[in-house]
Amino acid sequence: MKRGLDAPICLTWELTYACNLQCIHCLSSSGQRDPRELTTAQAKDVIDELHDLQVFYINIGGGEPMIRRDFFDIITHAVDNSIGVKFSTNGAYIDAENAKRLAAMDYLDIQISLDGTDRATNDAVRGTGSFDTAIAAMDNLARTKFGPFKISVVVTRHNVAQLDDFKTLADSYGAQLRITRLRPAGRGADTWHELHPTAEQQVDIYRWLTAHGENVLTGDSFFHLNALGPPLPGLNLCGAGRVVCLIDPLGDVYACPFVLHDEFRAGSILDRGGFTKVWRESALFTSLREPESVGACASCGSYDACQGGCMAAKFFTGLPLDGPDPECVRGHGGELLMANTPNTPRTTSNHSRPVSLTRKPIRV
Amino acid sequence: MPLTLESSASLSPQVALRPEPFGALAYHYGNRRLVFLKHPDVVSVVKSLGNHPTVGATLDACGIAAERRASFLLALDSLTKSEIIRVD
Repeated sequence: MKRGLDAPICLTWELTYACNLQCIHCLSSSGQRDPRELTTAQAKDVIDELHDLQVFYINIGGGEPMIRRDFFDIITHAVDNSIGVKFSTNGAYIDAENAKRLAAMDYLDIQISLDGTDRATNDAVRGTGSFDTAIAAMDNLARTKFGPFKISVVVTRHNVAQLDDFKTLADSYGAQLRITRLRPAGRGADTWHELHPTAEQQVDIYRWLTAHGENVLTGDSFFHLNALGPPLPGLNLCGAGRVVCLIDPLGDVYACPFVLHDEFRAGSILDRGGFTKVWRESALFTSLREPESVGACASCGSYDACQGGCMAAKFFTGLPLDGPDPECVRGHGGELLMANTPNTPRTTSNHSRPVSLTRKPIRV
Repeated sequence: MPLTLESSASLSPQVALRPEPFGALAYHYGNRRLVFLKHPDVVSVVKSLGNHPTVGATLDACGIAAERRASFLLALDSLTKSEIIRVD
């Protein structure tokens, strides 16, 4: 599997950079639509190509994908072409009518993002009103008998203690809980140091996941914790460019959803040869499929368990890619972070909404 | 009940197979499970299960030697648990 597949298993497609929210950990620094985003026709061409590649399902995100007026058109085209759709949303556009439309579709999974089981915890990260919006969307889905939707949580320092509460909330809706790792990408690069779980909390997450087994989805994002004991369920490896990739709203193809940076841009679906050529032949993806250098992790007995962790987490915290993850459970990454404060890279394309120019008067 | 050589089985109609260098990927559109078929022989057995009355007959037709049967039965049995193949 490390040598790559003929087509990705897990393809994330961000439909738009437009978003009604401005979450402080947004991986894609979303906010404003980019005028160069793919047209409906181009988006449908992508789907036709993915169909030919026998991609079984796609993960749609953004931005807020439901902002696109052709959202239903695009996902219907995918499902009609035997491509299952899982999409992530903040729920703002899941009113009663849209919930009914979604419930009528096959091969559709919905992930509602929620980062706290109470208003204060969630809204501190996702913005004022976003908790109520998400709950309203879940209520609408439940009323239309959509079935088991997913509640998707990015685990932070401030919500680790709520994992049981998240599970209870999901159970109350007959929903499935999905928890994923906070990545220092996009605006998340600026907030990671304040938001990422502490070393003690990493152990709590591992224990909690071990106790809940396959009942909780993780997108296989916590494999860096496997050095703590028996491995968590899932693919224990960095899938970037091997089994995973990302198509951004402009059609640019990146190695994974957490590395929206020129250094990890493999090409564009608009290039001659399309997505297929980028996936199979791009220099970047070819290099990611070669055996990686173990680097500073060579002397650590846990490398086979944790695989050195997440490439994106290292990149955006300024750590060498062939060394430990910043959240290495043996503490090697933390030591490196303490030792230097490098000029860390930032997501190349920033679509955050501009800050207000009307400055508040400073009180002295 | 575990799968035996006498069982009659077939690939689930809800499953799609995608060829890969190591064998194939199997995806079940109903339960959303993705399963790796890590040997080309497993792929050919899975594909032809529906063409033969029993699992044993399928293994014969695919030329699976007697000493490999036990491991194939185990593999096929786990595929029934993930509903990739169904016992008819």
